[in-house]
Order: sequence, then C-alpha cells, then structure tokens
Amino acid sequence: MYDFNYRKATSADDAVKTVTSASEGKFMSGGMTLIPTLKQRLAKPSDVVDLATVPGLAGISVSGKMLVIGAMTRHAVVNGSADVKKAIPALAKLAGLIGDPQVRNRGTIGGSVANSDPAADYPAAVIGLGATIHTNKRTIAADSYFKGIFETALEAGELITKFEFPIPDRAGYMKFPNPASRYAVVGVFVAKTGGTVRVGVTGAGPCAFRVPEMEKALAANFAPAAVEAIKVSPNGLNSDIHASAEYRAHLVTVMAKRAVAEAAG
Amino acid sequence: MPTVTMTVNGKKMSAECENRTLLVQFLREKQGLTGTHVGCDTTQCGACVVHIDGLPVKSCTTLAVQNEGAKIVTIEGLAKDGKLHPMQEMFREHHALQCGFCTPGMVMAAIGIVDRHKGEPTLAEKTVRHELEGNFCRCTGYHNIVKAIMAAFPLMKG
Ligand SMILES: Cc1cc2nc3c(=O)[nH]c(=O)nc-3n(C[C@H](O)[C@H](O)[C@H](O)COP(=O)(O)OP(=O)(O)OC[C@H]3O[C@@H](n4cnc5c(N)ncnc54)[C@H](O)[C@@H]3O)c2cc1C
Ligand code: FES
Ligand code: FES
Repeated sequence: MYDFNYRKATSADDAVKTVTSASEGKFMSGGMTLIPTLKQRLAKPSDVVDLATVPGLAGISVSGKMLVIGAMTRHAVVNGSADVKKAIPALAKLAGLIGDPQVRNRGTIGGSVANSDPAADYPAAVIGLGATIHTNKRTIAADSYFKGIFETALEAGELITKFEFPIPDRAGYMKFPNPASRYAVVGVFVAKTGGTVRVGVTGAGPCAFRVPEMEKALAANFAPAAVEAIKVSPNGLNSDIHASAEYRAHLVTVMAKRAVAEAAG
Repeated sequence: MPTVTMTVNGKKMSAECENRTLLVQFLREKQGLTGTHVGCDTTQCGACVVHIDGLPVKSCTTLAVQNEGAKIVTIEGLAKDGKLHPMQEMFREHHALQCGFCTPGMVMAAIGIVDRHKGEPTLAEKTVRHELEGNFCRCTGYHNIVKAIMAAFPLMKG
C-alpha cells in the first residue's frame, strides 16, 4: 500500500472540500473495498477522507411511504434493523447475505452503491425498489444512476448522503452466490407496489439493470409461473470462470422465479 | 507520523505509525501482540479477527488511524486471572484446533456469533456454520469448531 494523507471528516461539506481540493482524494466509509484496492496498489490516492466521523450520515428512519437509510449505515445494522425488517424485509435479508459477519460490521450501503461492483447486492435493491440517491448536491433516480462496470452517475468528489426507498407492498430477493466470495453470480430483487412491478438484476451484467418484459408479465400475474418462460439475452452479460453469459442469463430467470415466490409467500 | 492511541485489552496504548499502517500491523509490530494472525491479507480468511468496540472485525482491513480512541480486544485479552474464556475452554475441550493458525480469529469470531444470539433460547448449528462464513480453517474440517461454539453458547449465556 502506498502512503496517503488521512483525514477524519467533520461534516459532509468538509469531506467534499478535502476530496475535491486534493490531487487525488478518496472517500472512505467501511473500507471493505477501498483498503483491499489500496493493498493491491490498484489505486494511489493522495488523500483518504474518513466518513465515519461525519455526524448524521448513518441511520435508518421511516417517513410516510419511504424508508430512508443513511450512506454510512453498515450492512449489519440494516440486516438487524426492526424498521427495515418491518418496512422492506427483503432488504434486511439482502444486507445479511453480503460477505460475512465481519465484513457486514464495517461495509456500508453508501460505499457499496458508490462502488457499483457488478456483483454487489445492494444495486439490485436500488434498481428493484426504484430508490432515490441523495448526494451533497442533488438527487439521482436509480434508473439513471448505474452507467457501466464500476461506473455511476456520480461526479468526481460527489458524496452520497442517503437513500430513499419507496416501501413496496411486497418484495423478494434471491441470489446465486459465488461459493467462495458470496458476491452475487446473479441476484434478482423483485418489488410490487400496487399494479406496478420492478425487477432489478445484479451480477449478470456490467451493472444492475431492469427486465421490463418480466415486470409487465408480473404486473398482470404476480406468480413465479409468469416469468418462467421469459429469458434475457446473454448478449453483453458477464462471462468468467464462475459462470458463462448463457448460464447467467439462465440464472436470471431462475432467481426471478424464486424472488417472486418469496415475495408472494 | 501521527500518534495513534487506543485501549487494547483494557490498557491504553500509543504508538507512532504511518497512515497506511493496518490495525493488525499496529497490534503485532508496535505492541508485540502476535496472537492476532495474518492468513491472507485479502479480507477472506478471518485469522486476524479482533473486536473493535465490541464487534468482530478483520484487523487486516482497517487502518490503525481509523481506530483512534477505540476499545480493542484481541485473543490475548480473553483469559482473566489465569482462567481461559469459556470459548477458549470449549475449543480446548472439543479439540477445535490442530495447527492453531486460524484459532485466534476463529475464537474472536465465535464469541461474536454467541454475542449476536445471546438473547435467543438456543443456537442452531446451521446458524453457527453460516456465520463462520468469513473464517477459514485448513485443518479441522470445522466440525469440532462448530461443536465448541455450540458448547460455549450456554456457558456464555450465563
Ligand atoms: C470478503 C468480502 C466479501 C464481500 N462480499 C460481498 C457480497 O457478497 N456482496 C456485496 O454486495 N458486497 C460484498 N463485499 C463488499 C462490501 O459490501 C463492501 O462493504 C462494499 O462494496 C463497499 O462498502 P464500504 O463501505 O466498505 O466502502 P469503501 O471501501 O469505504 O469505499 C468503496 C468506494 O466507494 C467510495 N465511497 C464510499 N462511500 C461513499 C459515499 N458516501 N459517497 C461517494 N463515494 C463513496 C469510496 O471512495 C471507494 O471508492 C465483500 C467485501 C469483502 C471484503
Ligand atoms: S488476514 Fe485478515 S482476513 Fe485473512
Ligand atoms: S487449526 Fe490449522 S488452520 Fe485451523
């Protein structure tokens, strides 16, 4: 690891200012992705700005039909939160499937969504629930946030502060985990709100995406059978030693079916 | 270089270190607490697990400077007055180690498992196996580790 300047941010403004004025500044929340990256010398930031000391960045609240989760909220906290379990149980479950207990004690929702690893779990929920991402300067709709592999709508020095998740009538999340890392080979988040259904897929492509054909079929009939015959195209999907693009395409249908069964049950 | 101060096993400890110094290096190299092991250095194996403010964390993936003012407990801090912690005692009783390399992290993670489920009447074997996700053992096949944790549960519940 190369050395860097380190600063405990005192506020969101302070964090943004430090990162933007540095020659190469980086926010750090849980460090569960950033520190391994630094160890491998895949990044060489001049300044690392710790968000753990920023007041108000962590926390969970429910306001009306919205579940609000602060960017610094750790996976273990989301997993154990009575508010999340009541409002969107599938989201609490998702958080509990990330990595292992030690990783969940550090990793945060903001870090995960900012990073947009193609195999990360939270992006499926952000897309599947149609969340709104709040930053230090604007709000971004989930549908225009994920741009590509490790690429998002965030600008340099833009800080995620919180997420607003609309509370659905029912939702389910199923993932086919990589047996070694537990990252999603494919994960599917399904949410039904009134007559509208959203299907968010992670792991399969360069970043999380929706499957409109499944959404339409599920809006007409919210049952596993409705998606059984719907296949996504393997074109452009990820292919690696863990799974070919064809296998991932197959898994999207299987995980979608199971997620619907979970949501319906 | 910054000076970092934390409370380790009940004692205040300070040392100068670089910003890039990992907590595990701070403990092993600055404080001589070599009970915490480094198995992989890639956040996978769990040999380096310590408790930070009561929660098990992989000390190879947090910076010493992040932990300014924190309360750290390592494997060396578990035994009290020459008496092993119940989890250590059960690891011994159930032969839950062979080479012993994974053991310090395993014991710290195991205490974390019991802490998380203390309020429940029983601890399921499935839960223990699932929550050992982040700890690798290359010797025992996990079986006796799981037995030791199951046996420590009622003792730690008190
Ligand atoms: C062994 C292991 C297993 C894992 N398994 C899984 C898994 O199964 N599923 C899964 O989804 N993830 C998994 N992860 C990743 C884990 O969830 C990370 O916690 C997460 O990806 C990054 O979150 P973090 O808070 O640690 O972010 P950090 O590592 O601190 O930061 C990650 C990146 O995001 C930026 N950033 C951080 N916070 C913000 C913010 N508020 N605004 C803007 N940018 C920000 C940082 O600058 C950095 O570039 C695993 C990690 C490990 C080490
Ligand atoms: S040394 Fe920290 S997880 Fe392996
Ligand atoms: S006892 Fe040898 S690695 Fe676990």
